[in-house]
Amino acid sequence: MLTKRIIACLDVHAGRVVKGVQFVDLVDAGAPAALAARHAREGADEIVLLDITATHEGRQTLLETVRRTARELFVPFTVGGGIRSADEAAQVFEAGADKISVNSAALADPSLIGAIGSSFGAQAIVVAIDARRDPDAPDPVRDAQVFVEGGRKCTGRRAVEWAREAESRGAGEILLTSMDADGTRAGFDCELTAAVSGAVSIPVIASGGAGTVAHFAEVFSRGRADAALAASIFHFGVSSARSLKEELFVAGIPVRLPC
Amino acid sequence: MRVTVIDYKAGNLTSVLKALRHLGAAPVVTDGDLSLIELADRIVLPGVGHFAATERLDSTGITGAIRNVISRGAPFLGICVGMQWLYAGSTEAPEQEGLRHFAEYCKRFPEGGEKVPHVGWNSLEVRKGSRLLAGVKPGEFVYFTHSYKGPVTADTAAVTQYIEPFAAAVERGNVMGVQFHPEKSGETGLKILRNFLEWAC
Repeated sequence: MLTKRIIACLDVHAGRVVKGVQFVDLVDAGAPAALAARHAREGADEIVLLDITATHEGRQTLLETVRRTARELFVPFTVGGGIRSADEAAQVFEAGADKISVNSAALADPSLIGAIGSSFGAQAIVVAIDARRDPDAPDPVRDAQVFVEGGRKCTGRRAVEWAREAESRGAGEILLTSMDADGTRAGFDCELTAAVSGAVSIPVIASGGAGTVAHFAEVFSRGRADAALAASIFHFGVSSARSLKEELFVAGIPVRLPC
Repeated sequence: MRVTVIDYKAGNLTSVLKALRHLGAAPVVTDGDLSLIELADRIVLPGVGHFAATERLDSTGITGAIRNVISRGAPFLGICVGMQWLYAGSTEAPEQEGLRHFAEYCKRFPEGGEKVPHVGWNSLEVRKGSRLLAGVKPGEFVYFTHSYKGPVTADTAAVTQYIEPFAAAVERGNVMGVQFHPEKSGETGLKILRNFLEWAC
């Protein structure tokens, strides 16, 4: 049976993890490679590394970080943050990423999705969408507005139609972050996730708002998510991906339990 | 041991090479040097994306070199599109022929209900006698990402269920294929690649 994926996300700045894990007594919380390996060992189905540096000097550091992180990682590995062209994507793939995630660059030039996909395959391109419900729209959920620059800039695009366009242009997956839910720990935006997931045939990864194990169970069932991002999995009252999955398994959600 | 990985410009080889190196192999890559194929002790044919990309195997002469190396008895492993190519062809690119080592055709998952592509970790039901999958326990998970798949036949080494049962792995003699990505399937995937590297001719 196809299982629901739990994806561990590491936010990286200048080669160090800047948030996400406070479990500092076991490993250096600042080293992406060690953290990624540990998440994989404990049952994370996938690792996402988001670079929040996004400066020119930062790119070289990022490539080195990707190389080091990929070296001993044998689960899918996605890298995102500031990738603006097919050439930059190629460098990140070369360094060991299996997928890359694009957000504002794809909104600025949607043909980038196809350009990356044609060389590396659709499975290798994740389109990240940051969306906020629009209370003034006829359908506040389906017409949720798409933002860039960390929520400062509204693009005028609507979540569902942009997800559909991304799919038709060759995206392999959608990483959907609810800006309403993000940081609240009050649960994922299940309605938004279900609206987007129901509108496309590619997998949708839900992000933003997780506070309890029950929130994951909800977004997998009611939210129709194929995967969920655990940005700071150790903050959710569980000690590891393993215990999160064990609780989900008991709740009837199909998950891959680590051996 | 000479392990040759074939590059036919269908996606990124980094992960496959990394996994093989992790297991102690020293793979070489070729996109057209047929001697590296003819003289190899092991051949790996990865590949993601569109079946049409396998046309390059024919136009570069790699297909013929692969036939020779297979008939010599060297173990051959196709991954994802590399597995599908072992069949007669795929409805994804009907004009493009496969190797026909397995007589059937690969087809797209039927639409309706579940999402296509099939992406994520799914379990294997390993059939008795598979050497490639030796030691893989019932229900162990591997990582898939694909829309086309081979049918379940006598040559199927492992069955996975998504919408319908399909061939997650195929194996006859020294010719093997996996629809999933062993290089991305954690310890289970590494075990399978190790079996391939240790496969005694």
